Amino acid sequence: MPRLSATSRHPVSFTLNGRPVRGEAEPRLLLHDFLRHVIGATGTHVGCEHGVCGACTVQIDGAPVRSCLRLAVQSDGAEIRTVEGLAPSPERLAILQESFREHHGLQCGFCTAGILMSLDAFLRGNPDPTEAAIREVLSGHLCRCTGYTPIVAAAMTAAARLRAEEPSHA
Amino acid sequence: MKPPAFDYLRAATLDEVLEALWEGGSDARILAGGQSLLPMLNMRLARPSVLVDVMHVDALRQVTASGDALKIGAAVRQAQIEHRADLVGELPLLAAAIPWVGHMQTRASGTLCGSVAHADPSAEIPLVLLALLGSVHLRSRKQRRTLKADDFFTGMMATARADQEVIEAISFPLARPDTGYAFREVGRRHGDFAIVACAAVVDRKGARLAVGGVADMPMARPLPLPEEGSALDDALETFAWDLNARDDLHATARYRRELVRRLGRQVIEEAVRRRDGVTPPPTGHQQDAA
Ligand SMILES: Cc1cc2nc3c(=O)[nH]c(=O)nc-3n(C[C@@H](O)[C@H](O)[C@H](O)COP(=O)(O)OP(=O)(O)OC[C@H]3O[C@@H](n4cnc5c(N)ncnc54)[C@H](O)[C@@H]3O)c2cc1C
Ligand code: FES
Ligand code: FES
Repeated sequence: MPRLSATSRHPVSFTLNGRPVRGEAEPRLLLHDFLRHVIGATGTHVGCEHGVCGACTVQIDGAPVRSCLRLAVQSDGAEIRTVEGLAPSPERLAILQESFREHHGLQCGFCTAGILMSLDAFLRGNPDPTEAAIREVLSGHLCRCTGYTPIVAAAMTAAARLRAEEPSHA
Repeated sequence: MKPPAFDYLRAATLDEVLEALWEGGSDARILAGGQSLLPMLNMRLARPSVLVDVMHVDALRQVTASGDALKIGAAVRQAQIEHRADLVGELPLLAAAIPWVGHMQTRASGTLCGSVAHADPSAEIPLVLLALLGSVHLRSRKQRRTLKADDFFTGMMATARADQEVIEAISFPLARPDTGYAFREVGRRHGDFAIVACAAVVDRKGARLAVGGVADMPMARPLPLPEEGSALDDALETFAWDLNARDDLHATARYRRELVRRLGRQVIEEAVRRRDGVTPPPTGHQQDAA
């Protein structure tokens, strides 16, 4: 990749939720703005824009990452997953989302997309987590509504259901 | 809260990195994990003309355990080291400290070398590097040099690195036999920067204590072992005052000095128990360290 000039837009392409997407970005464009404004994928929310609140968390190459601390041009060629990629079909929620609904793990929903992306990545590598481990994952997110207790309960329920669903993970 | 304009260069080779730094001087910035640089750009605390992304340079992705040290390249992320199979055996102090570096979501991006380059006085990785007297490997187009951690950190977010130099790698001396290691930190919440963090290395001859979060950079000094009367408490008292703590939003200077005395003694005692095999080495999970 040659040096990309500050004042022009450059092609960026990556995989978003399994589908190839492309658009153009100035080097300074943040990944969340690229997702929301260039691609039109508005499921990813934006809060603090300096890495603290976790609202903008997406998965890049399988890992939960702040999209406010990532440039669109840095993400060229990456594999990105956002909250839009969780549900298996428009009529069905993912197990993790379903547990959030049952446990009232969200109220306004501002923080939810980011929390789901962190928990989804974490549960894949840690199918049988302790509550303390879940709380540690959540330390990277701010929720102003729920008080976190229902979020922890939703995560523990989802983990148990995912284990039952995929015994190979147990 | 949007970054100012800059050019972006995704370097493919180390030569490209060195060339860009040579040309750009202080206007060029290395972009590693971006977990400190991007917040600074978003808040417009930095205005570089070009960002040189080092994360795609294969030569900087190496992790090598050679002889008596673990050498970690500039493009190695914190999460990769955190999940290294035998980190507890190789580097028990780093294993204990790394879960305290931000959050899972920042460690998935941030690098160890980036943390050392950034040199925040509360940061855990510089503290561990100093406690173990590790090395920083610097390289520019013209020269290569290696500095010991105590020569590298020079002040508040200030280091001996020249603008044209990249930190190619850092090396941590591997765990030695008959030696105990311990780390503890006090912060407002898990993942926040430390109010005070302490790292201790203890062998049969004495202790070495490194303290972060108090002075404008991590500081370390040799201290007596706890069994020798009040010598340790006296030495901790002197250390606490020498660190020249200041009041800030998060804690008073007095509270910080008290933490140096108490946390300092606790980590040294814990390291003694580990040296003697009374307690197992840290597992790397924060619940055990708290
Ligand atoms: C919410 C949040 C909480 C955090 N909490 C903590 C914490 O508790 N403890 C802690 O220690 N850190 C914490 N951090 C910062 C940590 O996550 C960063 O990863 C680290 O400080 C910098 O590493 P980086 O790879 O992200 O570097 P970058 O942000 O890419 O770079 C940081 C600086 O170092 C320079 N640089 C980077 N790599 C090199 C190199 N190889 N050679 C020369 N210069 C280089 C850059 O030019 C820049 O000036 C936190 C960050 C966030 C967003
Ligand atoms: S918007 Fe990215 S962490 Fe707050
Ligand atoms: S549900 Fe409102 S911020 Fe979390």
